[in-house]
Amino acid sequence: MKHPYDEMYAADGSVRENYRSYSEWLQAMPDEVIARKREEAEITFHRMGITFAVYGEDTGQERLIPFDTIPRIIPAHEWSRIADGLRQRVRALNAFLHDVYHDQEIFKAGRIPSGQVLANSQFRKEMIGVDVPEGIYAHIAGIDLVRAGEGEYYVLEDNLRTPSGVSYMLEDRKMMMRLFPELFGRQSIAPVDHYPDLLLNNLRSVAPQGVLNPNVVVLTPGQYNSAYFEHAFLAQQMGVELVEGHDLFVRGETVYMRTTQGPQRVDVIYRRIDDDYLDPLAFNKESMLGVPGLFSAYRAGNVTLANAVGTGIADDKAIYIHVPEMIRFYCGEEPILSNVPTWELRKPDDLAYVLDHLPELVVKEVHGSGGYGMLVGPTASVEEIAKFREKIVAAPEGYIAQPTLALSTCPTYVESGIAPRHIDLRPFVLSGKTISMVPGGLTRVALKEGSLVVNSSQGGGTKDTWVLEY
Amino acid sequence: MLSSTADHLYWMARSMERAENTARMLDVTYRMSLLKQIFMEPHHEWRAMISISGLHEDFEARYPEPTADNVMYFMALDKKNPGSIYNSLLNARENARAVRGTITSEMWEALNQTWLEMKRIHPKGVTEQGVSRFYDWVKERSHLSRGIAYGTLLRDDTFRYLRLGTFIERADNTARILDVKYHILLPSPSEVGGAADYYQWGALLRSVSAFESYRKVYRDQITPKRVAELLILRPDMPRSLMACIESVNRLLQEIGGARAKELQRRCGMLYAQLRYGSIDEIFANGLHEYLSAFLERIYDLGDLINTTYFWSTDE
Repeated sequence: MKHPYDEMYAADGSVRENYRSYSEWLQAMPDEVIARKREEAEITFHRMGITFAVYGEDTGQERLIPFDTIPRIIPAHEWSRIADGLRQRVRALNAFLHDVYHDQEIFKAGRIPSGQVLANSQFRKEMIGVDVPEGIYAHIAGIDLVRAGEGEYYVLEDNLRTPSGVSYMLEDRKMMMRLFPELFGRQSIAPVDHYPDLLLNNLRSVAPQGVLNPNVVVLTPGQYNSAYFEHAFLAQQMGVELVEGHDLFVRGETVYMRTTQGPQRVDVIYRRIDDDYLDPLAFNKESMLGVPGLFSAYRAGNVTLANAVGTGIADDKAIYIHVPEMIRFYCGEEPILSNVPTWELRKPDDLAYVLDHLPELVVKEVHGSGGYGMLVGPTASVEEIAKFREKIVAAPEGYIAQPTLALSTCPTYVESGIAPRHIDLRPFVLSGKTISMVPGGLTRVALKEGSLVVNSSQGGGTKDTWVLEY
Repeated sequence: MLSSTADHLYWMARSMERAENTARMLDVTYRMSLLKQIFMEPHHEWRAMISISGLHEDFEARYPEPTADNVMYFMALDKKNPGSIYNSLLNARENARAVRGTITSEMWEALNQTWLEMKRIHPKGVTEQGVSRFYDWVKERSHLSRGIAYGTLLRDDTFRYLRLGTFIERADNTARILDVKYHILLPSPSEVGGAADYYQWGALLRSVSAFESYRKVYRDQITPKRVAELLILRPDMPRSLMACIESVNRLLQEIGGARAKELQRRCGMLYAQLRYGSIDEIFANGLHEYLSAFLERIYDLGDLINTTYFWSTDE
């Protein structure tokens, strides 16, 4: 593994142009002041209850996501290229989703093997032939990017189901402006706080046909979901109702919410519940979270679900490798953002190579998410690798592998002072009548030395992300 | 407004109000117990405190005797007692959490902070630092959250359901305090007057922050009848039954709704009964009987609020 790219310092130790102003400020800042501010940030986050629940621990256990006060700064020209790449990619992904649930032209053209898609558990037969407003399926996409070198960004994965983290992006910015207002006067940093407006406009733009003043709601699994804070936050910021399954009911293929003044019609549901739990009549019968009859109302075109049912087929890790081909096929363009080279373990040759090189590679479950169930070869112990090898051999089709990228690092506060830690970037792309996004996204940082896993469930933290306006 | 949101707001306010009233009751009982009466059996006032709360079965199952320490622990800090101050503050916070998008962030932060502080309070600390200090803290947190609601919330249904919960709970609590204390304090109605009487009725008035008000209104010695009048019929006494029901009545008119007719009718009747009630008549028919009937009506009203606004089945 070559020496990783650092966002702040060039290889010769000099400060990069985009960090010059910040670095000067940091040099002049007494350590005690920074320490006090960091403490203030933690107290404030606790008081505001900006927490997430952790699975596998006691019910109701809440934790703070560690917040680091050194921002990740992206120069204007880099961002503009990333933004173009994101637009292109999300356009292709939506076109692909529409295609696989309609005419399946991409299979007919022989560009992607149909078997891998149609036999995938994420493919929803129920969605075949269902028309959705504007042909948009992934209304909110979180595209995870990593940087390996100068101008070298890779897409690590596409999150097209219920990507989370945008509330931390917004809260991190608010916190930085509260702690260090003077920093925002020194440089022209692109604002992000209008994200909820963009989101609401986007959701309203995909309302069922003929609805003039759509009633939008956010559907949450409830208080004990790990991302509950975010659900409540977005509902409040958009000024719409936050509902749980029991707040809604379906009558005559129309969705209503129970209010103190009687039933009120619902037009657009920004749902933060997985497909399986949406409707016990259509999907998982055991689901207590969903709304019986919701899918029938959806099929009838009387309510919009964002994201659509069945988007999981396009963010599956086995499908990921085909995205560049989708971009060529649907957009007639070369991909602006590259994929990370990927081995598919269902292929015997790839499997053989990967099994020989496990200590160098990252192996992921095809359907996994949140950093659960993955092997990071270079940091894993011999036993961990041996254990994982058994799992792979038992069901190779369930895994993909990628080279261990030298993820870029960013200076970060750790116990011993400031040290480089690996980071990634999750921008949020909104698709409706048009594609919109706020500059930047959520920067996640792996706080453990050398660790490449940035997920909050695995001890990752976050940073404010600045896109410079020029 | 979503039915479930209204439900959470209502119970958030009720739980906070309950925590405050429990603290008030414990505080006054503690003060009274310091003024021991020879004619009282041991733990008399603490036994009464338990029966006031309607939690005596749970208490008797888990504690050998209603000593001051046992009752105070049970009512304030016991995690197994659903009505303890500990759990009331937890409920207030959990309900607030469920509607944090509906209330102001100051409101949520205050309730969250209260709960975080409650979690850190150690039983030993409470006794060492003096129980009254703990009760004062509970009252202060309740005052704070009410003040924030007043100072920051839009005057829409969010505010109204909060207030509704506050007044229903408060009416219930004032009636209970009066009922039980009346029984302890007045073994025979003739024993009126005397220093002990003064202190004990004084303590009762203090428990509902009415001591100074009593002085202002009556400018005379403290008598049970006047105390009852002040706490039942005076509309200008903020914790009186009259003041609470007057507010509930107004709030129900403002919230309205096509299905609220029966609820409004019943509340209106209760209001009229207080509005045109006389303390002589109440005493002639028996104060305890009057208060028991009132508590039943409050319970029915709560039930009807529930089915009218929160959990109606109208699919």
